[in-house]
Amino acid sequence: MVPLGGRLIFKTTLFCIGLYGALARRNAVEILMGIELMLNASVINLIAFWRYVNPTAALTGQAFAVFVITLAAAEVAVGLALIIAIYRNRETVIVDDVDLMKG
Amino acid sequence: MELVIFVLVAGMTLTGAILMVTLRNIVRSVLAMIMAFVGIAGVYLVLEAEFLAAIQVLVYVGAVAVLVLFAIMLTQRVADPSRPANNNQAWLAFTAAVGLFGILSAVLSPLKWPSLPTIPTLPNSTEPVSSVTNLGAVLIGAYAIPFEVASVVLLVALLGAILLARE
Repeated sequence: MVPLGGRLIFKTTLFCIGLYGALARRNAVEILMGIELMLNASVINLIAFWRYVNPTAALTGQAFAVFVITLAAAEVAVGLALIIAIYRNRETVIVDDVDLMKG
Repeated sequence: MELVIFVLVAGMTLTGAILMVTLRNIVRSVLAMIMAFVGIAGVYLVLEAEFLAAIQVLVYVGAVAVLVLFAIMLTQRVADPSRPANNNQAWLAFTAAVGLFGILSAVLSPLKWPSLPTIPTLPNSTEPVSSVTNLGAVLIGAYAIPFEVASVVLLVALLGAILLARE
C-alpha cells in the first residue's frame, strides 16, 4: 500500500518538471507540453484525494477530473491554433522572437 | 504488489517527463511526453479510476499527442541543432522548479495522511462506487449543468481553433 504522502511527492515532482519545461524551453509547442504536464499532475491529485479521503458514491474527485481533462483538451486545441497563426504571421514559433509588444 | 506497480508506473511517468524537458529534438520530446501520459494512465488504474485511465489514453495519447505532432509538422523543420533548445533563463527556471519542489515537499512530508480506505459498494448492488455506471449516473445527475457547460466550452473552443488556424 502506497501512503498518500508518497503519491503527493510523486505529483509534486511531476508538477515541478512541467514547470521547468514551461519556463525553460524556447519553442512554444514545448511550453504548451510543459503546461499539459502540470495540468496532469493536478488531475492525479484530485483523484488521489478522492480515493484516500472521500471514496463515496458522489465521485466528486473523478467528476472534477473529467471536467479538467475536457478543458485541457480545449486548451491544447486553442493553444496550437494560436501557435500556427503566429507562425503564419511571424515565421517562427520561438517565443523569444515574438516580441511585437516589446517597447 | 500495489507498491511495485505504483513504483513502476511512477518511474515510467517521471522518466518520460524528464526526457520530455531535456531532449533537444522536439519530436523525440513528444514521444517522451506520450510515455509520461501512458504512465499517468497507469497511476489512475492503481487508484481504481478505470474510466479516467481510458480517457487519459484516448484524449492525451490519442488526441493531444497527434495534435502536437501535427502542429510541429505545420510550423517548423525538426529541431535545428544550431539553435539552443532552452532560453537563457534556463538556470533560473531550474532553480525555481527545484525551489518549489523543496518548499512543497517540506510542507507535505511532516503531515499525517489517512490510510487507504476500501471502496464501498453501491446500495443494493455488488458494484463498487467507482464503477463506470455510477460515474455516468453522477455526470448526468448531480453534475448535469457543469457537464453541459463543458460541452459548450469544448464546442466554442474547437470552433475558435478552426477560425484561428484557417488560412
